[in-house]
Amino acid sequence: MTAPRNMSARQAFWAGLRVGAPFVLIVAPFGMVFGVVATEAGLNVLQTLAFSIAVIAGAAQLTATELMVQDAPVFIVLLTALAVNLRMAMYSASLAPHLGAAPIWQRALMSYLMVDQAYAVGVQQFEQHPDMPVDAKVGYYFGAVILLCPTWYLSTLGGALLGNAIPPSIPVAFAVPIAFLALIGPMLRTLAHMVAAFVSVTAALLFAFVPYNLGLMIAALLAMGAGALVELWLIRRGRWS
Amino acid sequence: MIQSQGTIWLVIIGLGIGSFLLRFSFLGLIGKRQLPEWALRLLRYTPVAVIPGLMAPQIFLPADGSTLPDPVKLAAAAVTVAIGLWTRNVIAAMAAGVGVLAVLSWLI
Repeated sequence: MTAPRNMSARQAFWAGLRVGAPFVLIVAPFGMVFGVVATEAGLNVLQTLAFSIAVIAGAAQLTATELMVQDAPVFIVLLTALAVNLRMAMYSASLAPHLGAAPIWQRALMSYLMVDQAYAVGVQQFEQHPDMPVDAKVGYYFGAVILLCPTWYLSTLGGALLGNAIPPSIPVAFAVPIAFLALIGPMLRTLAHMVAAFVSVTAALLFAFVPYNLGLMIAALLAMGAGALVELWLIRRGRWS
Repeated sequence: MIQSQGTIWLVIIGLGIGSFLLRFSFLGLIGKRQLPEWALRLLRYTPVAVIPGLMAPQIFLPADGSTLPDPVKLAAAAVTVAIGLWTRNVIAAMAAGVGVLAVLSWLI
């Protein structure tokens, strides 16, 4: 095994591929779920696939789909779904010190392919081995993500075809909330996350009367503030790891 | 059901471009400058701040005509979140929620 600081781009690519490959098992079922949900919401197969190719972010795609079903204005749909994707800017910021020296076309391609799993796998490796050459870091990142994005497209397509085949007599309308609610449990990693979720739910109910679904934006801002405050409080008490 | 084809394509294209810009922001344009700590601290909570609030009115506020939330939906929702918390597995949580929904809809 070559030490990371002597790795060639090719060796790093294969190393990244090995670490990234198991995530196919997580991405594929989620893609299927999005495909089914989107077709039930009224998107056709082409639109569903185009959505996954353009965005590659399940939670944001589900958010946008749900808001379109609720007949929210396009502006609100985009604003809310992009808020769900704000974490991508955080990923971008934390990868920049490691990958910022790569050529611009590589940085653009890495940006397009930036998904949660690729970020998690990449940043963990780069922080352990900051002395890897830049081209090896780029290779590692591409290796980690190379199976995940095609899996996302194809499983979405599979889900869309499946959704089209489900007869309208079977009610799957509540499948969208279920898909979302399933995302929430694993997100509640700390007390701060739990408080944020609680504030989000409470405020969304209190502000449900605000037009254009803006109540959700108010709730989200309050919840982000609450999460950050609890985190600060936990840090001060020395209970934040 | 979504009625307008134009809306769908507008959202697909707009969200595609917007998501790319978010991902490209620091890596592409700002280079090695770091976000301030307070910004990172707020951004950490965006998904958990948006998604529960998006779902809450659907589950807790009754559909038009009724005075109470639908008990089947409430039960399915509670099981989905609980299994998600317990297993930390999104797919297991979805399967449990759909299972409860199917069984209760059939019973009631």
